[in-house]
Amino acid sequence: MIELRNIQKSFDGRTVIDGTSAIMKTGQCNLIIGASGSGKTVLMKCMVGLFEPDKGEILYDGKNFTAMNNKEKTEIRKEIGMLFQGSALFDSMTVQRNIMFPLNMFTDWTYQKKLNRVNEVLERVNLKDSNKKFPSELSGGMKKRVGIARAIVLNPKYLFCDEPNSGLDPQTSLVIDQLIKEITLEYNITTVVNTHDMNSVMEIGNYILYMHKGRKEWEGTNKEIIFSKNKLLNDFIFASEFLKDAKEMRMLEETGKMPNDRNIDDIIK
Amino acid sequence: MKLFTEIGRYLLMLKGMFSKPENMKMYWKELMHQCSEIGFGSLGIVAIISLFIGAVSTIQTAYQLVTPLIPLSTIAQIVRDTVILEFAPTLVCIVLAGVVGSKIASELGNMRVSEQIDALEIMGINTKAYLVMPKIFASLIMIPLLVVISMVLGIIGGRYAGSAAHILSVSTFDKGLMYGFIPYNVFFALAKAYTFSFIISSIPAYFGYYVKGGALEIGQSSTRAVVVSCIMILFSDYVLSALLL
Repeated sequence: MIELRNIQKSFDGRTVIDGTSAIMKTGQCNLIIGASGSGKTVLMKCMVGLFEPDKGEILYDGKNFTAMNNKEKTEIRKEIGMLFQGSALFDSMTVQRNIMFPLNMFTDWTYQKKLNRVNEVLERVNLKDSNKKFPSELSGGMKKRVGIARAIVLNPKYLFCDEPNSGLDPQTSLVIDQLIKEITLEYNITTVVNTHDMNSVMEIGNYILYMHKGRKEWEGTNKEIIFSKNKLLNDFIFASEFLKDAKEMRMLEETGKMPNDRNIDDIIK
Repeated sequence: MKLFTEIGRYLLMLKGMFSKPENMKMYWKELMHQCSEIGFGSLGIVAIISLFIGAVSTIQTAYQLVTPLIPLSTIAQIVRDTVILEFAPTLVCIVLAGVVGSKIASELGNMRVSEQIDALEIMGINTKAYLVMPKIFASLIMIPLLVVISMVLGIIGGRYAGSAAHILSVSTFDKGLMYGFIPYNVFFALAKAYTFSFIISSIPAYFGYYVKGGALEIGQSSTRAVVVSCIMILFSDYVLSALLL
């Protein structure tokens, strides 16, 4: 479980995160959503220790990460896996060496044992037989999957995914979402996903934290989001007419009545 | 004010390099990789430059020595001392600032922009120690060796150029080469080589490590790294000459 307590972060006097608190539970996908510039990436970078929050506390299973010294933080970081927006694979290394890198650095396993583990995680992300390929030879979706494989190779307790669907087609996005969801349940890890992909929100959002101008505007589940009356959230999530209609259809399914006194025929039309 | 901030950040980067390695074997591998990249990767250009510098020095020295009162073997003495004292350490290091410096800055810059450095940090790796330190140590090992090779090749270039241009025979050159040799000059050249090696590796590493932006900024920081390194080489060349000669 990861707990955020009143996180604040400013850059050159400009407040980017303004007192955000949240509890992200183990074994579920915790989503941070918000418009560009709402502070979600900065919040995630504070959580993994790439930025130091100005105020507030971040607790990993009760351990105060913000109060730790560098050595203690390094120990926590060994339990963190992260998938970056651009995958952040090492260009000069093959897929196999990319995934083996954390094993080489932090284990004293034999080469064969490391290779077996690499093959195991590659198979898990459906990339069997891609060991010898270089990142430049992979598609966007494959790079993301290699990124996930590298992130989970050391059996992390916490998985962070920064915009895992950016630059991917809707079908590949679904595959990545499913993969993240399955891995979260399979490894029983705390997964934090930073996204503004609405499919992800509806598909895997066990817990959703909506950020607006650096503040927590709304929190809840993907079920609750449908019924939310928060205007900012609704404007953000259901921005297009199509999505508004989809929301109303979903509400009709769930409650048996139409919101805003609309008629089902209007939507179908 | 910005200059002091940059100097402070540069010093903090150097301080941050010193921590217990996460895995000594991986650090050793990286050091060997960098030695190969910096040393063998630059050997060709250093050899070509050195041979031609020696050759040109011989011809131009002979051109300026118009009086028959000075023995021809003096040309070899002048070429030897010029190559050892200045050409091999300073000129070669300025060229290496371009070759090695821009490579270090763009490599680290690209890793920063594509979040590879962040990825390493999140794995719990001290990126200053793993990425910067092996480059600096490899430079400190390989660049003085390149400078010594450059000294030898420069003198060889001068020796054969003199003979080929019928300025002085190989035996006359050899005679002058061994006359009045001061071993301290080699020590001085090596002192310069070590200083310049540190400049060539640490300054571009700083510019690359802290780059912000995209491809354009990587190019800009690479250029700035080379320019600042060259200026620092020339400045420290002056300081070392004033102090040690």
